[in-house]
Amino acid sequence: MRLLPFLAALLPTATLAAPDPSNWGTVLEEARGQTVYWHAWGGSTATNDFITWLGDRVSDEYGVTLEHVKLTDTADAVTRVLSEKQAGANTGGAVDLVWINGANFATMKEADLLFGPYATELPNYDLVAEEGVVTTDFGMPVEGFESPWAKAQFVFMYDSADAEPLDSMEALQQWAAENPGRFTFPQPPDFLGTTFLKQALVSLVDDPSVLQDPVDAHDFDDVTQPLWTYLDELTPNLWRGGAAYPSSGPAQFQLITDEEIDIAPSLSPSEASTAITNFQLPESVRTFVPDDGTIGNVSFVAIPYNSDAKAGAMVVANELLAPEVQLHAQDPDVLGYGTVLDIDKLTTTQAQAFADLNLGVATLGPSELGEALPEPDATWSKAIEAAWIERYGAE
Amino acid sequence: MLRFLPALTLMAMLGPVVAGLLGALLPASGHLPAAGFHGPSLLAVRQLLDWPGLAEASRLSVTTGVLATAGSLGIVTLIVAGWSGTRAFAWLERALSPLLSVPHAAAAFGLAFLVAPSGWLMRLVAPLAGWERPPDMLIVGDSFGLTMTAGLIAKEVPFLLLMTLAALPQARGTPTMLVARSLGYGRMTGWLKTVFPSVYAQIRLPVYVVLAYSMSVVDVALILGPTTPATLSVQIVHWMGTPELSARLTAAAGAIWQAILVGVMLLLWRAGEHVLARQGRRWAAGGRRTHGDGVLRAMGLPLAVVSALSVLLGLVLLALWSVATRWRWPELAPSGLTMRTWSRHASGISDAAGDTFLIAGIVTGMALVLTIGCLESEHRFGREMTRRATLLLYLPLLVPQTAFLPGLQTFLLSIDADTGRVPVIAAHLVFVLPYVFLSLGDPWRAWDVRNATVAAGLGASPDRVLLAVRLPMLLGPLLTAVAIGVAVSVGLYLPTLLIGGGRVSTLTTEAVSLSSGGDRRAIGAFALAQTAAALLPFALAIGLPALVYRNRRGLRG
Repeated sequence: MRLLPFLAALLPTATLAAPDPSNWGTVLEEARGQTVYWHAWGGSTATNDFITWLGDRVSDEYGVTLEHVKLTDTADAVTRVLSEKQAGANTGGAVDLVWINGANFATMKEADLLFGPYATELPNYDLVAEEGVVTTDFGMPVEGFESPWAKAQFVFMYDSADAEPLDSMEALQQWAAENPGRFTFPQPPDFLGTTFLKQALVSLVDDPSVLQDPVDAHDFDDVTQPLWTYLDELTPNLWRGGAAYPSSGPAQFQLITDEEIDIAPSLSPSEASTAITNFQLPESVRTFVPDDGTIGNVSFVAIPYNSDAKAGAMVVANELLAPEVQLHAQDPDVLGYGTVLDIDKLTTTQAQAFADLNLGVATLGPSELGEALPEPDATWSKAIEAAWIERYGAE
Repeated sequence: MLRFLPALTLMAMLGPVVAGLLGALLPASGHLPAAGFHGPSLLAVRQLLDWPGLAEASRLSVTTGVLATAGSLGIVTLIVAGWSGTRAFAWLERALSPLLSVPHAAAAFGLAFLVAPSGWLMRLVAPLAGWERPPDMLIVGDSFGLTMTAGLIAKEVPFLLLMTLAALPQARGTPTMLVARSLGYGRMTGWLKTVFPSVYAQIRLPVYVVLAYSMSVVDVALILGPTTPATLSVQIVHWMGTPELSARLTAAAGAIWQAILVGVMLLLWRAGEHVLARQGRRWAAGGRRTHGDGVLRAMGLPLAVVSALSVLLGLVLLALWSVATRWRWPELAPSGLTMRTWSRHASGISDAAGDTFLIAGIVTGMALVLTIGCLESEHRFGREMTRRATLLLYLPLLVPQTAFLPGLQTFLLSIDADTGRVPVIAAHLVFVLPYVFLSLGDPWRAWDVRNATVAAGLGASPDRVLLAVRLPMLLGPLLTAVAIGVAVSVGLYLPTLLIGGGRVSTLTTEAVSLSSGGDRRAIGAFALAQTAAALLPFALAIGLPALVYRNRRGLRG
C-alpha cells in the first residue's frame, strides 16, 4: 500500500492522460497518492473546519491528500488559471479543484479553462436531485463541467416578536409602508443585496422565462420597469429611508439584535439558526419564503483543464455527494448547507437520518421552502446592479 | 557607505511614491497593456466621469478633510492656549501617548459603538426618552460625513497636540505669555496674538499632513463614512477590487483626481493662511486685551476631554463586546460574559498578529538604521538638514495614499513582481521612515557632543563612540522612535491591503474587513488586539529605560 504513491511518481505518464470518470476503478487507482489543491473561499471558520474534516475522510478512504487554499475571492482562482493558460502552462496548474458558481463558472467555461464533462459520470451523481438550479448555473448550462455539492435558497429572516411571515413581495412593500424603517437589505453590489433585487425582479416581471436569456436579447428598461416602480415605493420606507444600507448579510444580524429592523433577507435557510446559537441573533428570529417561491443557487466544484490531479479532484467531488458527507454539511452546527441529493433516491436508513436531523429553530424544512426558482442569467445581475447604483446608490 | 545613506533613505521614501504616481498616470491616460488597453485614450477619464457619485464623493473628500483639520487644529489651539500648565492639562498630556497609538480603525469602531442609534450613548438616553426602539436616525454613515469627521478629529487632536507641545519651547511660549499677561492681555487673546503665529509656523507641515490624510482616508471612511455614495478614496479602493480589469483604469483616473483635489486644497489652505495672517496682524496690532476669553477658554477643555473620552470609552466598549454573550437593545451591559469570541478567533488573531509584528519589526528596524545613518552622517560630515530636506521628509505624508498606492500595485503587477510581504514592507517604510526620523531627529541633535569629544580623547573611534556612548545614552528616544514606528506600521491599512494583494493579513486589515460583517464581538476582539499591538511598544519604551538605567538616574526617561 505504502509503495503506491511511490510507484505513481515513477509513472508520470499516468497523470498526463486525462482520467475517464466512466471507468471509476481506474480513477480511484490513479487518485491514490495525489494531492488536490482545493481553492475555496476561506472566510468562514465553519467552512474551513468542514474542508479539514472532508480531507481526513478522503485521505483515509482513498489516499487523496486535500489541501485547502483559502481564497478571499473566487475570482483570484479564475485569474490564476487564466494567466497560466496565457503563459502556456497547460499542465501542472496550481488549482486542482475550485468552489465556484455563477459568473466565475461562466467565465471559466467560455474560456475553455475547465476539464470535463465529468460531473454527470460520477458514481454519486445518480443520487442528485436534477432540478433546474443544478443543470443551469445563472443561466449557463452546466453540462457536466462542474459538480454540485450544496444548495442555498433565498429566505427572509423576521423577528417573530415584531413581525409576521409575509406571503408575497407586494405584501413586503405593504408591510414596509405600515412599518417604515423596519426593513432593509445589504447595499448592492453586495451579493445578497443583488440577490434581493433579482428576487424582486423574478416575482414582479410578467414572464420570468425571459430572464434566462442574456440581457441583450430583451429591452432592459421594459422588462425591469416593474422592479423600479416597486423599489421607488419601497425605498423611502426602508431603514434610514434608504440613505444607508447594511454593508453585508451578517451586518443585518446586529441591526435585528439592536431592534433597528425586523425583517431582512438571507441567502441560506439555516443561517439564522446558526446565528441564534452564536448570540448574533435574538431567539425570537424565524424565517419565511413568499408563496410563489424564491430563487436558489447551488455551489459547485469544477476542475481546471491543466490540473495534474484530476483523478484526485474527481474523487473529492464524488465524495462531496456521499450521503454521509451531505448529511454532515446540512447539520446546522457544521455548515447548515442544503443537500443537493434527492431524498427519495437514498436508502431508508439514509433518508431517516436526513429526516432526523435537527435543522435548527429558525430553519424551514424542504417542503416549506418549496422548489428553488432558477437564478436569472448572469448578465441580468450586472445590469440591474448598475441600474440600482445609478438610481439609489449615488444620490 | 555612510555618505550614501541620506540618498538611499530618500530613495526608500520617495521611490515608491514616484513609481506609484507614474503607475497611476499611464492607466489614467488609458494605457494598461497588461489588461489589453493601449492608450493614450480618454477611456479612463470617461469612465470616471460616468460614475454618478463623482461630484458628491469629491465634495465629501473636501468637506470632511477641511472640517477635520480645522476642527482638530481649533481644539488643540483652544486647549493649549487656555489650559497649559493646569492639572487638567497634565492629565491630557498623560493620555497623549496611548491616544496617539490607538489605531485609527480601532478608534473609529469604538466611536461607532458609542454614537450609533443603537449605541451605548443612545441606550443611556433611551429610558429617559421612552424609546422602545433605537431612533431611525442616520448617525453612522451620515451623508455629510460628520460622524466620520468626528472620528478623524478624535484621532488628529492627539497628533497635533504632540506637535504643538514640541513646538512650544522654540516658539518661546512661556516667556512670551509672561510679557503679554503683564501687559494686561487675557490668557486666550494673549496666546492667540503672540504665541500662536510662531507655533503655527512650526506645525504647518503636520497640519498639511492632517489635511491630506483626512481628505483621502480609507479605513475610517469605511467604518464611519457614508455609502450612497462612498467617499472618493473608498470608491477608488472598490474599483481596485473589482474583477473587471477596465475598473483599474477608472481607479487610476480617480487616484489622479484625488491627488489633484488634495493639491488644490493644500494650495487654498496656504492662501487662507495668508489672508488670515494679514487680518490677524491687524487684529493683534489693534491692541484689545480680551476677546471673549472666558467663553473660549471654557470651550477648550470640554472639547478636548470629549474627544479623548470618546476614544477611551470606545475602547472599553470594544473590550466589553468581545466578551459579551447576548446583548440586546436597550441593555447597558451584556447579559453574560464569555471567552467564546476570543477562543473562536484565537488562531486568526495570532496568525494576523504574527504577520503584523513581523512586518512592523522589519520595517521599524530598517527605518531606524536608515535614520541613525542619516543623522550620524549629518553629525560626522557636518551637513545640517535644510528646510527643503525637512519638506522632503513630509512629502510621502502629503501625497494621498489612494493617489499613489493603486498605481504602485499596478506598477508591481506590470513588472511581474508578486504581491506579498516584501513589497508590503517597502510600502510601509514610506510611511514609517518619516515618523521615525521626525521623532529621533531632535533628541539626537540635542545630545551633548562633548560626550563624543571626551570619548574620542580616550581613543575611541567614531564607530565606537556611536555604539558605546551615543546609542546607549539615547536609549529612551530610540525606544520611543521604535514605538512610533511600530504603531504607524500596525495601523497602516491601505498599503497592506493594496500592495499585499489580499495575501498579507495584519490585525488592521482583518479588523477593517470585519467591519462589513458588522459582528461587534469579532470586531471588538480584533480591534482590541490591534490596539494592544500598537500600545505594547509604547509601554516598553517607557518601562525599559527605567529598568535598564535603574542605577543611572540621569539617563532615565
